[in-house]
Amino acid sequence: MAHWLFQEEHEMLRKSVRGWVEKEIKPHVEEWEQKGEFPRELFYRAGELGFLGLTYPEVYGGSGEDYLAGAVFVEELARCGSAGVAAGLGASVVIAGPQIYKFGSEELKQKFLVPTITGEKIGALGITEPNAGSDVASISTTARDEGDHYVVNGSKIFITNGVRADYVVTAVKTDPAAGYKGISLLVIEKDTPGFTVAKKLEKLGWNASDTGELVFEDCRVPKANLVGKENMGFYYIMQNFAWERLVMALEAVAAAELALEEAIRYAQQRIQFKRPLSKFQVIRHKLADMASWIETARSLTYHALSLFASGEDAVTAVAMAKVYACETANRVADEALQIHGGYGYMMEYPVQRYWRDARVGTIGGGTTEIMKQIIVNRLIK
Amino acid sequence: MNIVVCLKQTFDTEAKITLDAGGKIERKGVSLIMNPYDEFAVEEALRLKEKDGGEVTVISVGESSAQDALRQALAMGADKAILVDPGEAELDEYATATILAKAISGLEYDIILGGFRAIDDGSAQVAGRVAEILNVPVVNVVTKLEVEGGKAVATREIEGGSELVEVALPAVFTAQKGLNEPRYPSMKGIMKAKKKPMQKMTLGDLGLEGQVAAKVKALSYSLPEPRKAGKIIPGEAAEAARELAKLLREEAKVI
Ligand SMILES: Cc1cc2nc3c(=O)[nH]c(=O)nc-3n(C[C@H](O)[C@H](O)[C@H](O)COP(=O)(O)OP(=O)(O)OC[C@H]3O[C@@H](n4cnc5c(N)ncnc54)[C@H](O)[C@@H]3O)c2cc1C
Repeated sequence: MAHWLFQEEHEMLRKSVRGWVEKEIKPHVEEWEQKGEFPRELFYRAGELGFLGLTYPEVYGGSGEDYLAGAVFVEELARCGSAGVAAGLGASVVIAGPQIYKFGSEELKQKFLVPTITGEKIGALGITEPNAGSDVASISTTARDEGDHYVVNGSKIFITNGVRADYVVTAVKTDPAAGYKGISLLVIEKDTPGFTVAKKLEKLGWNASDTGELVFEDCRVPKANLVGKENMGFYYIMQNFAWERLVMALEAVAAAELALEEAIRYAQQRIQFKRPLSKFQVIRHKLADMASWIETARSLTYHALSLFASGEDAVTAVAMAKVYACETANRVADEALQIHGGYGYMMEYPVQRYWRDARVGTIGGGTTEIMKQIIVNRLIK
Repeated sequence: MNIVVCLKQTFDTEAKITLDAGGKIERKGVSLIMNPYDEFAVEEALRLKEKDGGEVTVISVGESSAQDALRQALAMGADKAILVDPGEAELDEYATATILAKAISGLEYDIILGGFRAIDDGSAQVAGRVAEILNVPVVNVVTKLEVEGGKAVATREIEGGSELVEVALPAVFTAQKGLNEPRYPSMKGIMKAKKKPMQKMTLGDLGLEGQVAAKVKALSYSLPEPRKAGKIIPGEAAEAARELAKLLREEAKVI
């Protein structure tokens, strides 16, 4: 049954997205995982169906700033079984797009946000650097002011969509001496001289999404590509973290559910000691635990979502939801793999992918340790 | 051009069918969808409208839950919906068609579309009966439809091939798989649908109170035999094959 948080229109949207995922994504997931990429056309198709514009207003091609609709989309997308597909589509509209929408000039919105919502352009958000991960304020990519443009030098790592993005919303230091107060965001377009993709990184999971290492060498970026105001970048980044982390929590719950379903199916099929595994009490209790953890994670995540969607302070709830949901996804996927025995360790069964894909949840978008710092900083002032 | 689409809400294709204590099909807890063949019909109506203009009305006979299926059609782009609540009346294909035809006769129509069958009872009768009552031609199992100047050219499936037919409008067409790929309602479409008219009617409104009764009654329902577990024949290949041949002959009696 539908959860009270969602309205009738959200459940209708859920049916739409589910139908699309079943028909146009699921059948191709294996192939895309092998290839390490899903086709660019998927962005366009998702855009055409209006799925990339759910959290943006109509003037930019969206259908209204409805975060509950956005949540339904990522939940259903996660059910395709390849977290990489969700990560790729998500990097464009969940983490790159909002920076331009919320803080960018009208010109930037027309040039980058509108085609992101139609799916014609792919976006990425580049914050992490080889020497600056959790400590965002310590980034060392610099942007030197040269009148009508900036000259950017430095590198970025682990950037989702980095390899094929048409633009990267890049965090740079415009005032290197000022720490977090010296960070700005620049939209840097693919093919800008001095911007190169050094490498497509090989990963444990999220294999259908590309993850890039980017290098900027005397890369000239027009001043018009500055997002919002100079030296306000850190604040802008923090602003959208709530939505990014909520999306990760929602995806984690959906993925855990998928792993549980797979475990149940397998436990009913596999016969040992003349009985299906599902008849052994140990396995039954495991399944009961998994289902209970998932329900707890969902409740916490929906609580955070309801605060966020109604515009209330959701920082603590979101951090808690991200920690709990992502750790639940790991735990459930691990138990699901265990229930599969040796078959769980084989590439032939999907459960190994759920296990690999889940692992990044407690790392990306702010680690579990950093989330706990946020929570406790609010507990002890 | 005015187009009417008859649609039915059915069980989800993945629904597990069970019987209740009274031997009737259990409706509780099953998720309901728009009959997939009717979805082709709605899509075709929308494509015709997008090409030539006009209005698409979707109509269903059913309880209030059927509003979901109608609303889905509105979200896809249909203009208005009519839901006829049959109340306590028992329905068969005859009764349903009688109600639909009566409701449609009060509308303006050039084309009436429906799925060629519903995936639940699979009787493939209702659209044809509606055509008969309204005294208009019907073309069944259509896989392609082109409309121009008061007539339609339709490709329909026949055994071993297809047939191209021409028919004057108004006419009824029933959709077969392959006619089109139905669209997914977008959020914009869903929000617009909320404001579109959904007219609710009773048999009394149609002047049919006490006038329709099923002519065919289901006596009982039964579920298919559960599939038996497969048999694995162990041993050397040559010997196992001999045993298999023996079982196929004596036990399964297929050779
Ligand atoms: C698949 C993938 C996709 C990604 N996509 C993007 C992207 O699109 N854009 C982007 O900018 N970044 C992206 N990232 C980067 C991601 O945000 C970082 O990996 C993450 O923030 C952690 O930084 P780090 O890897 O440098 O680890 P570190 O910060 O070096 O942390 C290492 C360990 O130390 C712990 N730690 C660090 N500081 C503290 C502390 N103060 N107290 C206690 N423990 C601490 C961490 O919790 C962690 O366990 C992606 C990462 C991955 C793996």
